[in-house]
Amino acid sequence: MTTNAVDKILLAHGGGGRLTDQLIRHNILPKLKNDILAELADAAKLELSSSSVCFSTDSYVVKPLFFNGGDIGKLAVCGTINDLAVAGAKPAVLGLALIIEEGFEFRLLEKILESAADTAKQNNVPIVAGDTKVVETGAADKIFINTAGVGTRLPGVDLGFDKIALGDKLIINGTIGDHGMAIICQREDIKFQSDLESDCAAVAELVCKILESIAGVKFMRDPTRGGLAATLNEIVIASGHSIEITEADIPVKPTAQAAADVLGFDILNVANEGKFVAVVSPESAENILSLCRNHPLGKDAQIIGSVVRTADAPVVELITRIGGRRIVQMPYGHELPRIC
Amino acid sequence: MLEQIYKAHALMDEVCKALGRQINIMEVCGTHTVAIFRNGIKGTLPPKIKMLSGPGCPVCVTDAGYIDVALKLADDKSVIIATYGDMMRVPGTNGSLERKHSKNVKVVLSSTDALQLAQDNPGKTVVFLAVGFETTTPATAVVVRQAAELGIDNFTVLAAHKRILPAMKALLCEKNHKIDAFLCPGHVSVIIGSDAYVPIVREFARPCVVAGFEPLQIIEGLGEICRQLAKQEPEVKSVYNAVVTPQGNATAQQIINQCFEAADSYWRGLGKINNSAFRLKNQYARFDAFKRFGLEEKGAEDVTGCRCGEILCGLIDPPQCAMFGKTCTPDTPVGPCMVSSEGTCAAWFKYARKGKTAQ
Amino acid sequence: MCLAIPARIIELTDDKAVVDAMGNRFKARTTLLPEAKLGDLVLVHAGFAIGLVDEEEAKETWQLLAEIDAFWDTPNKLSG
Repeated sequence: MTTNAVDKILLAHGGGGRLTDQLIRHNILPKLKNDILAELADAAKLELSSSSVCFSTDSYVVKPLFFNGGDIGKLAVCGTINDLAVAGAKPAVLGLALIIEEGFEFRLLEKILESAADTAKQNNVPIVAGDTKVVETGAADKIFINTAGVGTRLPGVDLGFDKIALGDKLIINGTIGDHGMAIICQREDIKFQSDLESDCAAVAELVCKILESIAGVKFMRDPTRGGLAATLNEIVIASGHSIEITEADIPVKPTAQAAADVLGFDILNVANEGKFVAVVSPESAENILSLCRNHPLGKDAQIIGSVVRTADAPVVELITRIGGRRIVQMPYGHELPRIC
Repeated sequence: MLEQIYKAHALMDEVCKALGRQINIMEVCGTHTVAIFRNGIKGTLPPKIKMLSGPGCPVCVTDAGYIDVALKLADDKSVIIATYGDMMRVPGTNGSLERKHSKNVKVVLSSTDALQLAQDNPGKTVVFLAVGFETTTPATAVVVRQAAELGIDNFTVLAAHKRILPAMKALLCEKNHKIDAFLCPGHVSVIIGSDAYVPIVREFARPCVVAGFEPLQIIEGLGEICRQLAKQEPEVKSVYNAVVTPQGNATAQQIINQCFEAADSYWRGLGKINNSAFRLKNQYARFDAFKRFGLEEKGAEDVTGCRCGEILCGLIDPPQCAMFGKTCTPDTPVGPCMVSSEGTCAAWFKYARKGKTAQ
Repeated sequence: MCLAIPARIIELTDDKAVVDAMGNRFKARTTLLPEAKLGDLVLVHAGFAIGLVDEEEAKETWQLLAEIDAFWDTPNKLSG
């Protein structure tokens, strides 16, 4: 009996025996298609173009698993690729680990694997190591994924909080809040239809292009959980510098803003999965902006603010549409829908 | 839009110069407090205009005792607590609904979701935390009426709806109040109508201007208040013509009256205010969760040092409370002014410059 | 209080409506607004339409609505 005749994942599929073997050979390998993985060794032997590398890992527990603009498989691959890129590395290889709840539908697993595989292929980052575990019903929520990645550091690129200086500009490559709002309206308890799509995308190609062609990038980060607000506050805390951003310059899709307004969310606190914030020298800002805007994943890029003198303590300050000022705080970490 | 802002600001500047004294304007509504802070409006006003943040945040005026009752009910596995997200982080005497991590506490976006929960879970009793002013009260009335019509007896309401006008009057009767005018809540006014504020103008000669929550709305509202103060001609005026009418929403008012009647209630910091709350009428008493479960809301003691009451009356600003920013922060809130995302203290903490007051 | 947003009624059966707010479609009741019709712009709070919105005034009042007009009229910094 091949695994294809089974429609749900069984505990045995994670047991390391015949069913695991079948799962890997018949369902996983054919999708992920590469020689290193095909060896099924305990560890992947790698020949990287440089010994100066970056390494990153992230786990994905997103619900719902499938959403407008992507799914957990695509997300897992893009997420780690992006983390490597914003650290100044060209993503080279990925590892993919699955923890699946017993009873999970096979066809959904196939879809997720295909998605992960396609995304990895499109970005030329093979998945060279993997693992599959199956846990009892209730011990995991359908499927959890971990990806880890290695990237080779781009020569001459050395990003860090310590590079940030007064006068530096902040650039974002597009609209904020799309992912978080797209996800939330598909949650069971919230349920509304939206034209919104997650911005889930691998921005490594654009990021590497910027880093390889224009000097002047001091620091980059992808504003995922906690949104732009969290990322800017992290920068301020770690660098000791203050940041000033201008509300009118922050790109937001009207649909995303309206969705946030319906629920009482602050769009600055909402997650993004295809965005990066770059802190760059003032002389390089316009060139970097142009480069972004000429790329499909950066057409809505904007300079949103700058690094400014700190008065008493480092803060993120927002200049509002009416010319007022307010502090942008580190978000609590979990937005709740409000009526008041 | 900028033009209109400049015009309003110019008017305010002019009036401040002419009057030569501080002008104290109270925004009654918590959503106004937050909108004012989020848009950084305070910093753009002439220095002689002082904004007082009033007790219009229903979370702020909800006693810790109410949360204690909800927490107690959440202990009962046959109960499902249905609540708007706003209530999840309000502290009771010992913790909040969020910290309880109970599977039987569900966040709902509408009272209709709460009623649906009751229909979907016939073996359980749903307790809907019905908080809010006249804007939200009709939504509760609709589902109570529906529950009665359809015989959905496992649906109950833990009612804490409050009425805005008695509170406004009580504030003006406070001995040390400094209120020169009210910026009136836009969405409450959609329900009660702008004419509802006429008695305040008549009795207390204070301008009552209704405004929405967009920054331009607030600025225009403040401009209109200044205009009235300069001419010493207080009146009721609305700048929220997109949705507010003098009579309000008659259907909503009628539905409220069908299900609720006025009752006395305690407000944090203001004490007892007559007729300031909505209580379910006798014919709907079976949907009253307090009665169904034989519970009483015990007014919880204010924590020593917590000055939320004075803040709600606009008598002091948050930085004047010794606990503000130190023992009382959004992550470790002591009183409701800090807990509620609309609370005066939370707004000050989040949006005003650290170390400096907003003006 | 409270949070309420303008949205257009795109479906209506008895007092059960579907409203659209800039491309977000969700359910709302028109129980409190029996005069509401298909196509009306209404103010929605906690799942209920609580008032009719005057379209011209709306553009003056809500920046997002005003921007949408401008958004379609001019080549904007947002591409889609």
